[in-house]
Amino acid sequence: MKSKKKKSIYKRTDNLVGYVLMAPWLVGFIAMWLIPAVISLYYSFTDFNLLNTPKLIGFANYVRAFTQDETFIQALKVTFLYVFLLVPLRLAFALFVAMLLNKEHKCLGLYRTLYYVPSIIGGSIAVSVVWKQIFGSKGVVMTLLSVFGIEQSTSLLGNPKTALSVIILMGVWQFGSSMLIFLSALKQIPHTLYESAMVDGAKPSYTFWKITLPMLTPTIFFNLILQIINGFRVFTESFVITNGGPLDSTLSYVLYLYRRAFTYFDMGYSCALAWILVAIIAVFTVIIFKTQKNWVYYESED
Amino acid sequence: MKKKKLFQAVRFHIGACLIGFLMIYPLIWLLASSFKSNDTMFLDTYSLIPKEWAVAENYASGFAGVGGVKFATFFMNSLIVTVVGTAGCVMTSLLAAYALSRIKFKFSGLWFGCVMLTMMIPPQVMVVPQYIILKKLNLIDTRTALILPWFFGGAFFIFLMVQFFRGIPRELDEAAEIDGCGRIGILFRILVPVVRPAIITSSIFAFYWIWQDFFQPLIFMNSAKKYTIPLALNMYLDPNSYNNYGGLFAMSVISLLPVILFFIIFQRYLVDGIAMDGIKG
Repeated sequence: MKSKKKKSIYKRTDNLVGYVLMAPWLVGFIAMWLIPAVISLYYSFTDFNLLNTPKLIGFANYVRAFTQDETFIQALKVTFLYVFLLVPLRLAFALFVAMLLNKEHKCLGLYRTLYYVPSIIGGSIAVSVVWKQIFGSKGVVMTLLSVFGIEQSTSLLGNPKTALSVIILMGVWQFGSSMLIFLSALKQIPHTLYESAMVDGAKPSYTFWKITLPMLTPTIFFNLILQIINGFRVFTESFVITNGGPLDSTLSYVLYLYRRAFTYFDMGYSCALAWILVAIIAVFTVIIFKTQKNWVYYESED
Repeated sequence: MKKKKLFQAVRFHIGACLIGFLMIYPLIWLLASSFKSNDTMFLDTYSLIPKEWAVAENYASGFAGVGGVKFATFFMNSLIVTVVGTAGCVMTSLLAAYALSRIKFKFSGLWFGCVMLTMMIPPQVMVVPQYIILKKLNLIDTRTALILPWFFGGAFFIFLMVQFFRGIPRELDEAAEIDGCGRIGILFRILVPVVRPAIITSSIFAFYWIWQDFFQPLIFMNSAKKYTIPLALNMYLDPNSYNNYGGLFAMSVISLLPVILFFIIFQRYLVDGIAMDGIKG
């Protein structure tokens, strides 16, 4: 539809007004992102500990990370494991519960609210405190395990083999916001699709794989990117619950970066670590975007 | 047929309640533990009913504080940072979103791209240079260091509001324009009432994020009397400075109270807002 183009009387001042309105954000963007990004990139090529003047050392920091720093490799492993286990588990569980709630029952609003609560408080220290206790050596979970005859000398958090799974479980527990997104996407799938499948006598599993899942792929795509970016940022849980231990089994990337910067004051090196993280996230984002045409289904393609 | 339906409903509610219980259990556990006396707390951690009640002791010892600072001080610090930060963050985001979605100015596309870019990059990446800049400005260990960054707005909120603005017909602006309303007038008189849900959703999320923020205060603050609640709880956790689980759990409950309260009041907006724009909580 083409309406008669009205010439806005503000055209002349639009540039000025636009920049005035953008000013607070722009100042922040320049002061808190652009300049820090340039400084950080520069430091990443230097030896700098806050007290000395930064000394250029080329790619030495990057080389050091991948060839001499075993703790870095460990942090990388832990974080990849965390992201690759947490994201699919959380999305799968969110989808499962969303499908459960996408029916006609009473009290749906109540359940929806209840399941969402962990998502909003999940990042708080209080919740980390609780998980530390529940899975600690005198915690509920250990007591339960011993009731079922599984006696263990160390708690789940004290055991390097299981500590990370406790942290992952805490992330899965916060599936609420993904669930809400899935729920609204499920409601937008046209009913006629299911009806015609029913007429053809399709089984529920068939309709799930052939209708529900394909129709949800745009939502999954969006969720996947958000969750991966968020997953790589894990810090509080790792810091408060286990402080990276035992034996660095829960040492997240950001926790290691934090230690390098603010415990060892290894600023140049930690800036290099920061840029490696940016590169990793960028690679994943690009991969997901590039493969999107192979698995994401858009109804109206123009 | 009717029987089958009833059976299905019962099965659904049993399952849903079970999941609900698991979701809420850690919170109930925290509340129950904040009522238990320190001596009996770890004898029956699984029990949700205290053997020995110690509500007054726990809360009193929690409020007495840690490291010579009363809990009320931490609470006030958090409150000031959160309220001022939220107001600044939402205001800046609103202005930017309005400009990006309604006004054609030079490089507006580029700037929108930059907004999205900042959403992709974890804030921790910039923390070292930010720390150094704030140090040069003598702002380390001041409240300003915690509040100022929020005054520059948040990419999530700008994105959310831009989406919302795009859903509003431009005829609304044009009609106001003809009536002689200026750009700013259009925003505050005409559009703000319409985008209210987006503003409320943003405010709630900003409140949550600032209230629970741990990373920035951890790096930018040094002296205990300026700590926000998350840092204070971290101090309660340290067995060298505080060895009183009752107080720790009691103050953990207090720290969650504003969040839960907010959630109960605004949950309608929140649930709709998140479902609509897929923002991460």
